Amino acid sequence: MQIDLQTVALKPLRNTFKHIAKRFGDKVATRYQEATYDLQPTHNFHYRPTWDPSRELHDVTRTKIVLKDWYVLKDPRQFYYGTYTQARARQQDSIEKNFDFIEERGLELSLNPEIKEIALKTLMPLRHVAWGANMNNCGMAAYAYGTALNQACTFASFDHLGIAQYLTRVGLAIGDVDDLKTGKAAWETDASWQPLRQYVEKTLVTRDVMELFVAQNFALDGLLYPLIYKEAVDGVWAAKSGPTIGMMTVFMADWQAETAKWVDSVLKTTVAESAENKALITQWANDWAKQAKAALLPVAKIALGAEADAALADVALALQERAKKIGIELNF
Amino acid sequence: MDMNAKKKLGLKERYHLMTRDLAWEPTYQKEEEIYPQLAYEGIKIHDWEKWEDPFRLTVDAYWKYQAEKERKLYAIIDGFTQNNGHLTVTDARYVNALKLWLNAITPLEYEAHKGYCRLGREFKGVGAAVACQMQSIDELRHAQTQIHSMSNYNRFYNGLDNWHHAQDHFWYYSVPKSYFEDALTAGPFEFITAISFSFEYVLTNLLFVPFVSGAAYNGDMAAMTFGFSAQSDESRHMTLGLEVIKFMLEQDPGNVPIIQKWIDKWTWRGVRLLTIVGMMQDYMLPKRVMSWKEAWEIYFEGNGMALFNDLARYGIKVPDCIDQIRKEKGHISHQAWLVFNSANFLTNFHTWIPSEEELDWLDAKYPETFPKYYRPRFEYFKKLEDEGKPFFTKGLPRLCQVCQLPIFFTEPDDPTQLAYEEGTYLGQKFQFCSTHCHKIFDNEPEKYVQAWLPVYQIYQGTNFLPGTDPTVEGFDPVRAVADYYELNWGSENGPFEGSEDQKNFAQWRNQATKN
Repeated sequence: MQIDLQTVALKPLRNTFKHIAKRFGDKVATRYQEATYDLQPTHNFHYRPTWDPSRELHDVTRTKIVLKDWYVLKDPRQFYYGTYTQARARQQDSIEKNFDFIEERGLELSLNPEIKEIALKTLMPLRHVAWGANMNNCGMAAYAYGTALNQACTFASFDHLGIAQYLTRVGLAIGDVDDLKTGKAAWETDASWQPLRQYVEKTLVTRDVMELFVAQNFALDGLLYPLIYKEAVDGVWAAKSGPTIGMMTVFMADWQAETAKWVDSVLKTTVAESAENKALITQWANDWAKQAKAALLPVAKIALGAEADAALADVALALQERAKKIGIELNF
Repeated sequence: MDMNAKKKLGLKERYHLMTRDLAWEPTYQKEEEIYPQLAYEGIKIHDWEKWEDPFRLTVDAYWKYQAEKERKLYAIIDGFTQNNGHLTVTDARYVNALKLWLNAITPLEYEAHKGYCRLGREFKGVGAAVACQMQSIDELRHAQTQIHSMSNYNRFYNGLDNWHHAQDHFWYYSVPKSYFEDALTAGPFEFITAISFSFEYVLTNLLFVPFVSGAAYNGDMAAMTFGFSAQSDESRHMTLGLEVIKFMLEQDPGNVPIIQKWIDKWTWRGVRLLTIVGMMQDYMLPKRVMSWKEAWEIYFEGNGMALFNDLARYGIKVPDCIDQIRKEKGHISHQAWLVFNSANFLTNFHTWIPSEEELDWLDAKYPETFPKYYRPRFEYFKKLEDEGKPFFTKGLPRLCQVCQLPIFFTEPDDPTQLAYEEGTYLGQKFQFCSTHCHKIFDNEPEKYVQAWLPVYQIYQGTNFLPGTDPTVEGFDPVRAVADYYELNWGSENGPFEGSEDQKNFAQWRNQATKN
């Protein structure tokens, strides 16, 4: 039995904004659509940027990739500000409960001491890798054309800062301020970390928006996150020391799977549009993934010891699978 | 929360670990290639560590608090939509204020998002970068929540549906568009001075209070709720503005004259932009909140001046233009409305002549200027209207090369004389509304000669649709430009009296209240 509530029904003049109707037809639009499509100004700019005088304020030539319409890069997660923050807040709430659970029971004290040391040695320098990822995605957000891509990169940038901060909390929970200091020193001077730092600093001077997208979000994060959070944290470390660390880093594990959907969608759409795009993405993916894998080997050794080679091979294989689905060949 | 038995961390120290400790000194790439925008404006930052965090918000806390606000906001928007909330506004004239907002301001929120994204990447100091990143995502929030708050109005009223096209093309929207693009195309230090300091700190109340209080006063639950929901974001933005200005001034005495020039420029450009807001609050709110003059006196002459007293110790002076603004505060809103009311054939919002009661309110709020200079004009135009001969401006106005407003302002010391100046650059003539805009031009002529001035573009023939032939018999240039603007002729433009908006609102109100 249904309760048939009545409201005064007025006949609207139109269903949505003109630019939305042009794209999707004359019907009620979703919030994602109204918040995203054609939000960025496109015509009649007044001044050239003094910081990039050969281009316009919003300019498609900040990358070699060419798309007829940059809004084809819509986000499969349909994140606009409201849905993004609410999704993250739900995650934040359960992570907070995890940290409380661990702290109230003093679980950090019953970690396998060997694993605890490995965890600190591995995770603390990754705070800085996450900061580099934040900077890069912030740069992509700043210079990307169209709100669809810009918005998602903004959220990714913010996520990376969140990850850096969760890693900091892990360090303070299972270690101390000194462990953060040691991690930073290792990042700056330890031989094992220099290839990765070199990689990250190279990305910081890579200005083609889509090349940077491939270098950071596909090649590096595509290997780093499964390596650390799947192979190490939830794999070898959990086998030896239980799920304590995994409970504190669950955001990173979940985030990688969710973000990969977006990254792959962007690249698949880009590749499918033209042979030129496919060639560019293929070249970038191969160049950067090769460098990322090499840079991650010494890090894998810290995290996984004897299991490092096998783990790295596994995550490399998985990235090749993703590449196939995107429509490119990835060879290490 | 970590309440370790180990070394207890103070809030400041903990936040540093969460932010500025994340960075490191790069050695494999040159610093100037990682941060290429920091040197060219002449601003010297010797020690980014001296940055004092204006607020301490970790990402997880941000997600939590902001999501809470979003849940509440969207619940209200849903309720508003479900029960025809637009019918609670004082009268349908109010919706025209929302048209200004969505077309003029909302795209700027997005542009602010982009600008702060850039600074979030290009600033070397992590403290400053993170504060900018937080503002950037806040501004995206504002753009999107404004779109969503006004989405339902768009379904029932005209002038809201084509804001993306309108801001890039209409003659008067080039005023806000050029203002923000001027800031965006500037270097990072000028951008943050212009927007975080001059706008988000000094002038913000002059935009926010009229629109949001205007919504509250006029029964607009959607926009009002957006505004109140944005308040805590705005207070973060204000603290950033205050911190950044002090930081730059303290880093090097050589920064002071550069920043002074920017403060002078952006105070003036900001107030010129606010002319349209002043007009909105004096003319377009059926239930008025306060006059432009009152708002200026409270928020600038009161609060703003206290701030400049604070900055005096760095050598910062009150901008020169304050004197002219004070003289003009009794005039600009009336002058602007008179212009729009005589040009409403080419606007995507309606205008009207104020009622007797409203003219009385204006008399009371502007005793020195309104009865003498403006009421008689409105009464004259009303008379013409009643006789079926409403007055419309023929021809196109001269525009100011800098602020891009039509030349309608009068001399600060003589309200019967139109104010304009002319200058030349590389053998070409340029027009200005004031000495202050002229000075801004002279400081950066290479920038302002690029401007896309709507009136001049019309004369150059670029504001016609492809295939338009101006030589045919009966060619109507105004209609041709309106087509280029994608103006819905006959429904979006013209006077409020007799408009679709007016008819529909009355009919729907009837439908919702009578049996």
